[in-house]
Amino acid sequence: MENSISIADDEKIIQDLLPGKFNTTGKVWVGILTAISLVGVYAYYRQLRYGLIVTNMRDYVSWGIYISNFVFFVAISLVGSLITAVFRLAGVKWGTPLTRIAEMIAVAAIIFASIIIIVDMGSPERFYNLFIHPRIQSPIMWDVIVITTYFFISILLLYYPLLPDIKILLRFKEKSGPALYKFYSFLGSFWKGSHKQYLLSKKAINVLCITIIPVAFTIHTVTSWLFATTYRPGWDSTNFGAYFIAGAFLVGAGGVVVAMYIFRKCNSLEKYITLDHFDKMGRVLVLLALLYLYFNVNEFLTPFFKMKESEAGYLKDLLSGSFAPMFWFAVLTGIILPIIVLLFKKGRRPLPMFIVGIMVVVGAWFKRYLIVTPTLLHPFLPMHDVPKAYHYYFPSWEEWAISMGSLAGAMLIITLLSRIFPIIPIQETLTEHHHETAAQNI
Amino acid sequence: MDQKIGVKYIFKLNEMEPENNSRRGFLLTGLAVAGLVAGCTQKKDPFEAGAEEQAMASGKTVKLLSVDGEVIEVDEAFLKPVPHMPPVSNTEARVGIPGKKFVMVIDLSRCKNLKICQAACDHAHELSPGQNWIKVRPMQDAEHTAPYWQPTLCMHCDEPPCVKVCPVDATFKRQDGIVLIDHDRCIGCRFCMAACPYSTRVFNWGEPEISTEIASEPYTPESPFPQKKGTVGKCDFCADMTRRGELPHCVTACPNNVYLFGDMNEDSVSNGSETFRFSDLIRDRGGYRLMEDLGTKPSVYYLPPVNRNFPFESGLENDKLQNS
Ligand code: SF4
Ligand code: SF4
Repeated sequence: MENSISIADDEKIIQDLLPGKFNTTGKVWVGILTAISLVGVYAYYRQLRYGLIVTNMRDYVSWGIYISNFVFFVAISLVGSLITAVFRLAGVKWGTPLTRIAEMIAVAAIIFASIIIIVDMGSPERFYNLFIHPRIQSPIMWDVIVITTYFFISILLLYYPLLPDIKILLRFKEKSGPALYKFYSFLGSFWKGSHKQYLLSKKAINVLCITIIPVAFTIHTVTSWLFATTYRPGWDSTNFGAYFIAGAFLVGAGGVVVAMYIFRKCNSLEKYITLDHFDKMGRVLVLLALLYLYFNVNEFLTPFFKMKESEAGYLKDLLSGSFAPMFWFAVLTGIILPIIVLLFKKGRRPLPMFIVGIMVVVGAWFKRYLIVTPTLLHPFLPMHDVPKAYHYYFPSWEEWAISMGSLAGAMLIITLLSRIFPIIPIQETLTEHHHETAAQNI
Repeated sequence: MDQKIGVKYIFKLNEMEPENNSRRGFLLTGLAVAGLVAGCTQKKDPFEAGAEEQAMASGKTVKLLSVDGEVIEVDEAFLKPVPHMPPVSNTEARVGIPGKKFVMVIDLSRCKNLKICQAACDHAHELSPGQNWIKVRPMQDAEHTAPYWQPTLCMHCDEPPCVKVCPVDATFKRQDGIVLIDHDRCIGCRFCMAACPYSTRVFNWGEPEISTEIASEPYTPESPFPQKKGTVGKCDFCADMTRRGELPHCVTACPNNVYLFGDMNEDSVSNGSETFRFSDLIRDRGGYRLMEDLGTKPSVYYLPPVNRNFPFESGLENDKLQNS
């Protein structure tokens, strides 16, 4: 008797969580993202044809929003390891429904991090030189190695936990349609769900969870070293690695909150992503924001106090000069306001959390912009006798199109993944559900 | 004929005596003139057979562009083919000239921002407008100290940050001290530009504006031609000139003898008309290098702007011309 109820429950859960076709909003959304990405592709075609001259980067600001975007993508990709690995190893159970969302974001972000770095290259056709003439003392080489590693671990961390779910998906041939059915069988038909396979996969996931944490820390630290290994005022900081990691966890968690809210709304997952989840993510977010605030104080207060000659121009420009509006906007929306809102219980409800999540992500994007540009505009030797355009930097339409295209592309990947795979791990939900009912029955 | 574009030799290269006299073409016309002038003004010349010295004026003149961008008229009979240099292989170019250690000394007391060095460099290397390998900056160390003009170019650092960060070994340091870029290998990541504290590197953002003749020149990292889209450029200490035993273009072009160039191993530097013992010059005139605290160990030394030949203001109008 009890058993049949549980089977009915199971079927209900499965039906709830199966990925469904896009409704009109979904289709429009995909259409918009595709259109933005295509504009980006066109802009990149122009850049390939005419060279980086189509951007507004020049000899002083030789890195622009492409690199900011790269840092942003690397940052947001860190969330996969935060939610999947850190939560898992710390024994945080409530995170389970969020793991797949986090991994999808991580995979999409890391893919576009690699793409955008190639977009930034002046001679992308010589990309292979990185493999035939590598020089290991260059931080770029470290980045190539660690991004590749992180990419594969993230893919595997998405894939292994999917296997039991694919077995379930294969049961619904009519629902998924022949093409997807074929795809599912290709990915997971070998998975029988036997005890042996289960143990093996569990072990693999554990190994991946343990390896991904150092790799995740490394990937963002190395990205910070791209800057910190130079002499430039504003980048020449020993705090950079930690500062970047703290910021990355914050924006990643913010991204998950946004995704949680949207998926919950669109796929009616209120039963699985509960108010409790928002509350707990809110607490995590406020903790991360406080941590990031701490590193920001370290990053800016100490040089501000000393005001060394080489740093003075850069700092003044950032704190009270032409970059000040953006700087204070990024700090307020990205760190301070979220902390204030999230400290209240009311602030940790879904809608305010969603808004806070967006603020965090937008603030973080601008923060990345501020890491790159102001420093480059304040070299050691004064800029003199250069064309007017070298003194300022505002991205050209091609740069905006490519950057927005890459953001849209990342969202497109997340959207498509959520169309193909269940956003919430079905098997794990079932197992947990069984545990719960078992506990209740005792 | 202006004495200042004459080329003098500061050191001799024993291993290379070019025999082949086929004309290298249009691109080196500037050099041809320079060589000619040298031939007229200087008897002892390691690279010349001496045949030109007997040449009689033919009465027909041609117009030529000198290295510093002036149009000059020369009798045809004095035109001398530029010795053909076989293009240096990439490996050779990466090794450098054995036994040399090139240094430059810049005398700040003589600079009045004429920018002739810059023009000569731009012209010789076919730099696109706005791209300068030599930049002359107005500097003032503190509020109440005297301002001065400071030419900067690639410092050819002995601990070059740009070389450290290059992921593909496209920018490299040779054993003769010159830091060069292999435009065939550079992937255009611009990390070296972020890393160079002296902001000397420039980027070919678009297709460089060069004539077809130059575009068809064989490329070596040592000769500056042709520039390539999507790669980084910078002062190369005129590696092609130094291989021939000649002074860099900026040194010969500057009418005020601001620049001195030479070999640290021989301990001599020359501006084309005078030669000094490098160590004496640095010691007696208080030579120093820029941003010593960064540990980059530049190969470019500065002599402080004391007892200046010109007031600071004398260069200001050149900036106005340049920027208009
Ligand atoms: S001055 Fe700049 S470009 Fe030249 S060697 Fe030093 S770091 Fe490299
Ligand atoms: S831009 Fe070219 S030379 Fe500079 S670091 Fe990158 S590959 Fe090396």
